[in-house]
Amino acid sequence: MAETRHRGAAVDIRAVTKTYGSFTALDDVSLRVEPGQFMTFLGPSGSGKTTTLNVIAGFTDLTRGEILIGDRSVGGLPAHKRNVGVVFQHYALFPHMTVTGNLAYPLKLRRVAAAERDRRVAAALDMVRLTDFAHRYPSELSGGQQQRVALARAMVFDPPLLLMDEPLGALDKKLREWLQLEIKRIHRELGTTFVYVTHDQEEALALSDRIAVFNKGRIEQVGSGSDLYDRPQTLFVGRFIGESTVLTGAHETRGQETAIRVGDEWVAAPGLAGEGRQALLVRPEKITLVREDAAADPALNQLSGRVGEAIYLGSGVKYEVTLADGSRGVVRMALTDRPFALGEPVRMRWRKEDARLLPDDGSSLAAQSGEEP
Amino acid sequence: MNLFTRLSIWLFCAAVAVWLVAPTLVIVPISFAQKKSLAFPPDGFSLQWYANLFQNPEWSRSIISSLKVAVIVAAVATIIGTVAALGLERMKARPAGLVRAILITPMIVPGVVMAIGIYAVYLDHQLVGTLTGYVLAHSMLAIPFVVIAVGASLSVFDARLETAAASLGASRLATFFTITLPLIAPGILSGLLFAFVTSFDEVIVALFINSPAMKTLPVQIYASMTRDSDPTVAAVGTLMFAATTIIIAAGLWFGTRRRRS
Ligand SMILES: Nc1ncnc2c1ncn2[C@@H]1O[C@H](COP(=O)(O)OP(=O)(O)O)[C@@H](O)[C@H]1O
Ligand SMILES: [Mg+2]
Repeated sequence: MAETRHRGAAVDIRAVTKTYGSFTALDDVSLRVEPGQFMTFLGPSGSGKTTTLNVIAGFTDLTRGEILIGDRSVGGLPAHKRNVGVVFQHYALFPHMTVTGNLAYPLKLRRVAAAERDRRVAAALDMVRLTDFAHRYPSELSGGQQQRVALARAMVFDPPLLLMDEPLGALDKKLREWLQLEIKRIHRELGTTFVYVTHDQEEALALSDRIAVFNKGRIEQVGSGSDLYDRPQTLFVGRFIGESTVLTGAHETRGQETAIRVGDEWVAAPGLAGEGRQALLVRPEKITLVREDAAADPALNQLSGRVGEAIYLGSGVKYEVTLADGSRGVVRMALTDRPFALGEPVRMRWRKEDARLLPDDGSSLAAQSGEEP
Repeated sequence: MNLFTRLSIWLFCAAVAVWLVAPTLVIVPISFAQKKSLAFPPDGFSLQWYANLFQNPEWSRSIISSLKVAVIVAAVATIIGTVAALGLERMKARPAGLVRAILITPMIVPGVVMAIGIYAVYLDHQLVGTLTGYVLAHSMLAIPFVVIAVGASLSVFDARLETAAASLGASRLATFFTITLPLIAPGILSGLLFAFVTSFDEVIVALFINSPAMKTLPVQIYASMTRDSDPTVAAVGTLMFAATTIIIAAGLWFGTRRRRS
């Protein structure tokens, strides 16, 4: 399908607000997706990802704001005239049509001549490697196969933009990982702009050029996976992407550093605190565990705790450390000759510049699972 | 379960089955009777009552009237009932429940009560004994069946397929004809058959609104019963029974046949 290599369309979301009665599902969201980019919307359930996708696709009217696909404002354009491919979590294949019938459907609507239609259906089936299943009905396919048909159907008419709403959500882990690779390959081959919704941060990191992190109807941060992991701009983003140790407590300014009290120890990070409560976020691979008798090092932050859990990862070990104030530290280390025992008193150490000082936005694991309003 | 229990259950079920179909099956032998009598069991064998059915213009006219009314009613009720069911599916739950209840009233209100009302209105508007009169009355009785049959199909129809069709470029109208309609077709077809049979069978309202100019078959049967009591009614009954059984069986078959999904 070399000749279809484009020229994906840019998407410009400009100050979009969507309200349902008094509830604000999207609150002044702005975002630009570059042509050909793989953009992922990541966030807990109920954070507004699907709503954003639906206003782009034209399934939902927006309350305020504007959306441009390519250079064109699509405000007055109904869904069926937007020429945007959509892949749904629930496949949404037409049960009364064969795989070929499903794929030919958008082409028939566009009055593509029969010969050209057959050629494009065959090419799309080839792209998702389902050529042998062309004459089956959707009910005769597995979940993974159905989702690949849905993907082929969404791209067979060559839309410059493809939207996918948790397309792999209903599949098991192995299949999901394989289909992630397939989707990535198809994105590379097509050059179409992809907007992908997921609540799974690993999936987002595996697939995306850029990730927009959603929370409560707003975008918290947009950036590459490493931007979000290494330089989260909010505590919510830091917690949502990857694992981390989050320390909160009273803080004070010490020169160019801010120190936070944990139990009766102090730890510091470069930077000056803003208003309100502050938090320190440290990634697990930045922390080393040492035994209590190790010599102190004034250049390093240090906190005492006890090993609460040791999880063997193959490539290393993950320790969970219970700290003096009851919070939980997460440490990832290479295997050592003398592993730490459960309950053993230990010290966590990390370089001051490896911790990130962020305002405490009250985000919690419960909030990230979407269970807290 | 021992043999005795199993046998008694089997016997009981067989008895119920016979009880349910016996009255209908009695008319079959009578329709072949030799003498002009409705006695059961009949004596001898002849096809004269079937011949009479097709030769006597009173009978053939009423059969044609009934077919004409039933075909038009099936079309009218199917269109109105389908559109109503589609509308109800898109309404909010509470108002939809109310509207559905109103639509289904003709099924619940006793036929005689309806018949009196209809007759009173028809007298004023010269609708007694007219095709329009029959069609209006019977469609009203048939619409609930269509609403129920199509509603059942719609309740298992995945409306998200319509969103998918829109994303693929189908307008509302194209979506309806290429996605929605084919998927609810079994319900529509069974609604259509039920509507046809409802009209073809209907006797109470038809008795009130018939005129010498236009009589439906059930009215003719009733008149013939009370006047001549010859086995022609059994012959027509046998034919109706056969036709109805075929139509209803077809309706049920289409209605319960699951689409690939
Ligand atoms: N039709 C609707 N009516 C009322 N509230 C809605 C509707 N659709 C979505 N919402 C609300 O909007 C919020 C965002 O929903 P959604 O975009 O589906 O979240 P996500 O896809 O991130 O899980 C949720 O709180 C949801 O309950
Ligand atoms: Mg969603």
